[in-house]
Amino acid sequence: MNWRLVGWAVAVALLVALPPLAIALGQTYYIDLVRRMLILSIAAISLNLILGYGGLVSFGHAAYLGIGAYSVGIMAFYGVTSGWLQWPLAIAASALVALAIGAVSIRTSGIYFIMITLAFTQMLYYLGISLDVFGGDDGMRLKARSQLSGLVNLGDPVAFYYLALALMLGSVFLVYRIVNSRFGIVLRAAKSNDSRTRAIGFSPYPYRLAAFVIAGAMGGLAGALYANHTNYITPGLMSWQQSGDLMFMVILGGMASTAGPVIGTFALLLIEEALKAWTQYWQVVLGPLLVLSVIFFKRGLAGMFYKPDA
Amino acid sequence: MLEVRALTKRFGALRASDGIDFDVAEGETHAVIGPNGAGKTTFISQLAGNLRPDSGTVRFAGADITALPAPRRARLGLARSFQITSVYPDFSALHNVALAVQARSGHSFRFWRDARSDPSLLHPAKNVLHEVGLGGRSQVLAANLAHGEQRQLEVAMALAMRPRLLLLDEPMAGMGIEESHRMIALLASLKRKHTIILVEHDMDAVFRLADRISVLVYGRVIATDTPEKIRRNEEVRQAYLGSEA
Repeated sequence: MNWRLVGWAVAVALLVALPPLAIALGQTYYIDLVRRMLILSIAAISLNLILGYGGLVSFGHAAYLGIGAYSVGIMAFYGVTSGWLQWPLAIAASALVALAIGAVSIRTSGIYFIMITLAFTQMLYYLGISLDVFGGDDGMRLKARSQLSGLVNLGDPVAFYYLALALMLGSVFLVYRIVNSRFGIVLRAAKSNDSRTRAIGFSPYPYRLAAFVIAGAMGGLAGALYANHTNYITPGLMSWQQSGDLMFMVILGGMASTAGPVIGTFALLLIEEALKAWTQYWQVVLGPLLVLSVIFFKRGLAGMFYKPDA
Repeated sequence: MLEVRALTKRFGALRASDGIDFDVAEGETHAVIGPNGAGKTTFISQLAGNLRPDSGTVRFAGADITALPAPRRARLGLARSFQITSVYPDFSALHNVALAVQARSGHSFRFWRDARSDPSLLHPAKNVLHEVGLGGRSQVLAANLAHGEQRQLEVAMALAMRPRLLLLDEPMAGMGIEESHRMIALLASLKRKHTIILVEHDMDAVFRLADRISVLVYGRVIATDTPEKIRRNEEVRQAYLGSEA
């Protein structure tokens, strides 16, 4: 019996069953909450590809969330509402920005890499603030939800939920395939032992850059979804706090594990939700909880269930 | 096979490599010895491509590789082992070697098929593990191998690259007597089949394995000759072997 697959089957069954249950119980709010978790999971999954498997500690992954969201928002602003146009463009724009940021930052390592990715994302954040046409600091309302004619109506919260679920599972599978492919093995090898990897004939740079671009593109998809989820786009989506949240989701859930980023995203947002209901000073409680979790779950929450892949 | 001319590298006032001329013929096992601080590591780093010389040239299989970075040299067939064990501790022994096989099988921008169960990588990897005597340890994580086994694994990774030149940087370093005997036997079995540069402190190993020996002192090659003649060379005795020989 493959317990991992059983775990996934149970989780997927629960996620599929949630909307009808929530409707039956009159708690439709949960559809909205879990949809947000699913969307942010995609961003965390993409970050795990470079952070967990590639060892690239990007402290600016929120940039792609923002670029994806703004791409959708700006196109809607100018009357382009077809999701079939918006989403590929959002993904392409994020990939392109990831290519530019990655091309520069991956030449550095360690603390420099962290600071450069942060600096680039801060630049984009301030760009968002300064763009008055698109609401500047206040952000912009999404004029109309993306029209995915022939697929789903995003105005229907349940249909949107299932789309987010399908895309999240697709992202898990995609990253799973990538990290076990020849490409992924080189990426992980370069993280494990850089000089050895060079000595057997791989220059890590192009592999890391390609992973960075793939992660950026997936982050852009999450951003496009997120814009439709909130109907509102603010520069805050690209803030360093958001980047930090994404990192935390990955670390809490378990770096370099398939399910880790999803578990981490759900755990973080659920704890946040529970604490918010309990006290308005929820952040004071969340902080120490996060510290404790890092101390006691060195391999992340996923590490409780199985050992992360070698 | 390898031709080094007037190789010079300075660190400030120190000449770590001072006009080194060095040749390795096809099929030869050429040892490099020298006291601590003689510049062996600097020399090796320039051969492997981790360090750029200030002047001089390195030619390998007819091509000038002086300016090539390490990965390019590796793809041309220059495989090295490290003085300080360098494997993938979180990969199994088999997957360590499989990655070296992968390195010589074209580019790795293949994103979908499972590489961890790819027979075209695992088969050659298993064969090489057998060759170095690690056949029974293929599923063990490299981190859990004994020190001597890790060094054998390094040799296996180098062999899996199907190299034209093996650059072995102190393969016996840190080994116990039994382990180094096993390593000497392994290297003896590779001799002739491969062209080898052997940098080693273990004189026993050097005199048993080498066809020629170059003695490096203060960044200069003071002698290159057969083991018997090196043993009798007065300059070498004074500079290096001293009490040992």
